[in-house]
Amino acid sequence: MSLDKATVASIANLARIKVPDDRLEAMVGDLNAILGFVEQLDEVDTTGVEPLASVTGHSLPQREDAVTDGGYQARVTANAPESVHGFYVVPKVVE
Amino acid sequence: MTEPYRIQGETGAWEVVLGLEVHAQVISKAKLFSGSSTTFGAEANTQVSLVDAAMPGMLPVINRECVEQAVRTGLALKAQINLRSVFDRKNYFYADLPQGYQISQYKDPIVGEGELLLDLPDGSTKAVGIERLHLEQDAGKSMHDQHPQKSYIDLNRSGVALMEIVSKPDLSSPEEAGLYVKKLRSILRYVGTCDGNMQEGSMRADVNVSVRKPGDPLGTRCEIKNMNSVRFIQQAIEYEARRQIEILEGGGQIDQETRLFDTSRGETRSMRSKEDAHDYRYFPDPDLLPLVLEQARVDALGADLPELPDTKKARFISEYGLSAYDAAILVEERATADWYEQLAKGRDAKIAANWMITELFGALNKAGKDLSESPVSADNLGGLVDLIGDGTISGRIAKEVFAEMFETGKPAGEIVEEKGLKQVSDTGAIEGIIDEVLAENADKVEQYKGGKDKLFGFFVGQTMKKSQGKANPGMVNELLRKKLDG
Repeated sequence: MSLDKATVASIANLARIKVPDDRLEAMVGDLNAILGFVEQLDEVDTTGVEPLASVTGHSLPQREDAVTDGGYQARVTANAPESVHGFYVVPKVVE
Repeated sequence: MTEPYRIQGETGAWEVVLGLEVHAQVISKAKLFSGSSTTFGAEANTQVSLVDAAMPGMLPVINRECVEQAVRTGLALKAQINLRSVFDRKNYFYADLPQGYQISQYKDPIVGEGELLLDLPDGSTKAVGIERLHLEQDAGKSMHDQHPQKSYIDLNRSGVALMEIVSKPDLSSPEEAGLYVKKLRSILRYVGTCDGNMQEGSMRADVNVSVRKPGDPLGTRCEIKNMNSVRFIQQAIEYEARRQIEILEGGGQIDQETRLFDTSRGETRSMRSKEDAHDYRYFPDPDLLPLVLEQARVDALGADLPELPDTKKARFISEYGLSAYDAAILVEERATADWYEQLAKGRDAKIAANWMITELFGALNKAGKDLSESPVSADNLGGLVDLIGDGTISGRIAKEVFAEMFETGKPAGEIVEEKGLKQVSDTGAIEGIIDEVLAENADKVEQYKGGKDKLFGFFVGQTMKKSQGKANPGMVNELLRKKLDG
């Protein structure tokens, strides 16, 4: 698998990362090198092997349905650049 | 069978193909992956944990009850329950999605294929395939009308569990889409997994619409997003289908896109900002292991399900002799079905159903009340049905008594007693009235005997009137025949 310039530009846009045009070419090279490294795994024959989700052997921990958290409006908005009446305030994002 | 739904275009008849994605908010105390409350209407950001606000390093832990609610819903939809399912990240940017991704299920949903039966107005049913049901997080709420340049964000809803229920493209008219939403809501309420309150947004629907000439392959579809009423869904489908037909007949082609329904203008329009939003770059959430269920746990949840609408409907038809149409009306809400069974117990079940559906629902509708606010209790309506059954009052008087019951909440017997409305079934008394009527209308009696048969109804009417509606109509008929024809 190998990425072209247009694909990298599109991924950057989706991830909201600003990549100037003159940096794109280098980024394509870096990403393809990473993909190439990972692709070494393709050499392993995985026929009949179930995908592995975890090496710990644990199952997904589950919680009882009880309200144990929340109720700290000031804390969750403390880091917001702007907040009013307990709301986060952001630049207008309406369609 | 009713005629299939068709839209007449310039070039002939078109059919519409519809699939629905319904987002149903799960009934649970706490959120899907955090311990904060799901209660509706609290002050902004007071039901937000550090997990819901996506603070770095916070880990999601799944709520057991939300999983069980999804399984219950799947079982109620006669669907495949997947004992192993996987949570994925659906990546997109929006101000009310602090994580930058929604935790959802993509390739391996918790519930697979199932089926839902539509109750059509002619009493028949139509099976609609369910493609899948998966669990996911709801987003927060953006308010755009509080400030000219700013949006206000409330994360109280962020992280609340949703079930996304996807139908197969088996629906073929706005009416069927409406019936589908209603039936799904009915099932969700029966099993107690979603309150189905569309105004509060606990049930919202996206509709996929395409059109084709009958027999042609599927056309390109457009998705209309986020509608919260059956009426809007139906309006949007009709508008969108006509729009597509116009484009196709003009020689154009349909672009697959996401559209919004503008409720004030009654039309759909393109959401251009969503153009590349379909590239969600799903991948398994590394914070969550696959969800594994024991078959025994699924079986236990299945054993605890209540009797569902379809089963109840079949029972009402066989046990009470109701029509499919009446049975479908009575089972739509569990509380209505329970009310009816209380009413029908030990009585003529068909007459009871008629009184409930025609008179009671009619009166409630007129008064803008629902059944839980009915001034007439099931036992009181039953009392009225009994008085008709044993001949104490006629059906006509019963309507009068019912109106009074609805007004005052008094039992039928009390009203009949107070107003002296008891039916007169005494032969002597009725004969007396008839004799008076015949004496007063001697000329008409002559005409009747001369062959003017139609006057019989006049004599019946006069007799009933003279008895103030209390004479037993059957006996009036019989005695009049004897006197006039005998």
